[in-house]
Amino acid sequence: MSISVQSTAVDGTSRQESGARLWAMVLHARELPLFSIGLLLLFVITGIFGDFISPHDPLRTNLRAVLLPPFWEETGTATYLLGTDHLGRDILSRLICGAGVSIEVGFSVIIVAGLLGTLVALLSGYIGGRIDAALMRLCDIVLSMPYLMVAIVLAAVLGPSKENIIIILIVLGWASYARVLRGEVLRVKEGDFIRLAVIAGASPVRIMFRHIFPNIVNTLIILATLQLGMVIITEASLSFLGLGVPVPEPAWGSMCAEGRGYIYDAWWIAFWPGVAIMLVVLSCNFLGDWLRIRLDPKFRQI
Amino acid sequence: MKMKPILEVKNLRTYFYTRRGVVKAVDGVSYELGEGETLGLVGESGCGKSISCFSIIRLVPAPAGVIVGGEILFGGSDLLLKSEEEMDRIRGAEISMILQDPMTSLNPLFTIGDQVAEPLQIHQKLKGEGLREKVREMLNLVRIPSPEVRMKEYPHQMSGGMRQRIVGGMVLACRPKILIADEPTTSLDVTIQAQFLRLLKEIQHTSNLSMIIVTHDFGIVAKACDRVAVMYAGKIVEMAGTVELFDNPEHPYTAALMKSLPKAGMRQNRLYAIEGQPPDLRTLDSGCSFAPRCPRAMEICRKEYPPRVEINDGHTLSCWLRKGEVLND
Repeated sequence: MSISVQSTAVDGTSRQESGARLWAMVLHARELPLFSIGLLLLFVITGIFGDFISPHDPLRTNLRAVLLPPFWEETGTATYLLGTDHLGRDILSRLICGAGVSIEVGFSVIIVAGLLGTLVALLSGYIGGRIDAALMRLCDIVLSMPYLMVAIVLAAVLGPSKENIIIILIVLGWASYARVLRGEVLRVKEGDFIRLAVIAGASPVRIMFRHIFPNIVNTLIILATLQLGMVIITEASLSFLGLGVPVPEPAWGSMCAEGRGYIYDAWWIAFWPGVAIMLVVLSCNFLGDWLRIRLDPKFRQI
Repeated sequence: MKMKPILEVKNLRTYFYTRRGVVKAVDGVSYELGEGETLGLVGESGCGKSISCFSIIRLVPAPAGVIVGGEILFGGSDLLLKSEEEMDRIRGAEISMILQDPMTSLNPLFTIGDQVAEPLQIHQKLKGEGLREKVREMLNLVRIPSPEVRMKEYPHQMSGGMRQRIVGGMVLACRPKILIADEPTTSLDVTIQAQFLRLLKEIQHTSNLSMIIVTHDFGIVAKACDRVAVMYAGKIVEMAGTVELFDNPEHPYTAALMKSLPKAGMRQNRLYAIEGQPPDLRTLDSGCSFAPRCPRAMEICRKEYPPRVEINDGHTLSCWLRKGEVLND
């Protein structure tokens, strides 16, 4: 990539060069995916400090200002930058506060499911035998269940709440970590250094957590990053179906659902949360890809 | 050379149960290791020398490999009867082992300091400055220059010889009584080999360490070992003091091995090679396993396995060609 950038510089088309560099930075930068990191940072900050930075109360309705378009449209106002919904609530504020829900669900699910999956992978891969067989069959069962269907059934049984959504997504999410990481454990445990650790007198628990775990943590991080996007989408889907975070608390999924009925008259109600979901998930995937390349020993430069 | 034995292996048998039959990798091996002594285990690839060593610390690859019989007496008790927890306390503290390939023996994510500290943390529960001091001492012992700096570095920054010395520092950190070295120098180049062997011998002299060196290199045997056991097809066919064995190789297999060594100033073009292939360890019959390749095989050799006889002080062999005092195993 840098070669093509240089060759254009020789031609003297510096404008093209900066364009190419920007494009590289945005999409598949080797250095740092500024776009993804920036967007995720923005997402995390708004998620955490949403209540302080949102210009309006996300729950306050204003029936004198329903279905206002974004500010650049003729009837739009600067008070409601991205417009208002059918109850006159500020979309920008709801978007900002909705980020908090996605963050909370997304991060708690990838952390807990990731740790659970890692534990299963270590036990299964290192100890092997019957434990391995039992855990992997359990994994197969979880992985073979249609994700969204089960989530819907569970959400219907447990009732829609943020906590239940988190539990459901953890229950369904650990298996894919366990599957991939078990393979890593099997690869790592064959190494002579694990044998040498056993010779040094290390107990199985010590081997698993001190010797094997650090060797699979790269994979865990990459998986978790890619899963974050997936979890956010699933949460949004459940909220869209009315099985996620209960209204009126703002969640991107339910905002899309509310906007569905007005899609011809007020496109912005469903449009903004949709864009937000897409950008965040896209950033997660870019970041995951970048991490995969950076942490892959084949690409590592010492 | 009679020394108080620190380790006695009696009639050890380790089999591998594979889908295509039982492989008798180690089939009735007996030897003793004296205090401060170095025993060499020599033999072709696949003759069971490594497996007999892994059997001592009970690290035979499970589930296929099983120690089916024998005794390994260490400090008055049988290692084969100990629980896994007891073995964890013995491994690294009392009996330690160096593996063949130093390039893969170190955890790529551990600093050299952490690596050497591992057994000290496990067995002596050392922490903080005490631990660092001990690690520094070990790195000095194995001649790692500027240990203070090296401690913070990673294995990929070291050469093969250095890594093997670091492995040495790690496995010797708790001052074990026995060190098993499984082809410790095979993947090092010749000058580094000599250097590493010298280092091991020096440490042995200062700390009264007993060693078992597994090798297929008679040069290493000559340099480092007091006694040699020659293994063939899972059994020890001949055992003697190093000088005695080099002077009087009695077993036809040992003699053939000696004959196939290149010698300095040799003008012959081709090296001597033993005819045939090592036997399949799954289908051994009752006779001497070397008989099919032996130039002096007799009728009885194919029928019955020869008993172990002592022909000289400490020189034992299993061959029908020699008569001597029969030893009961």
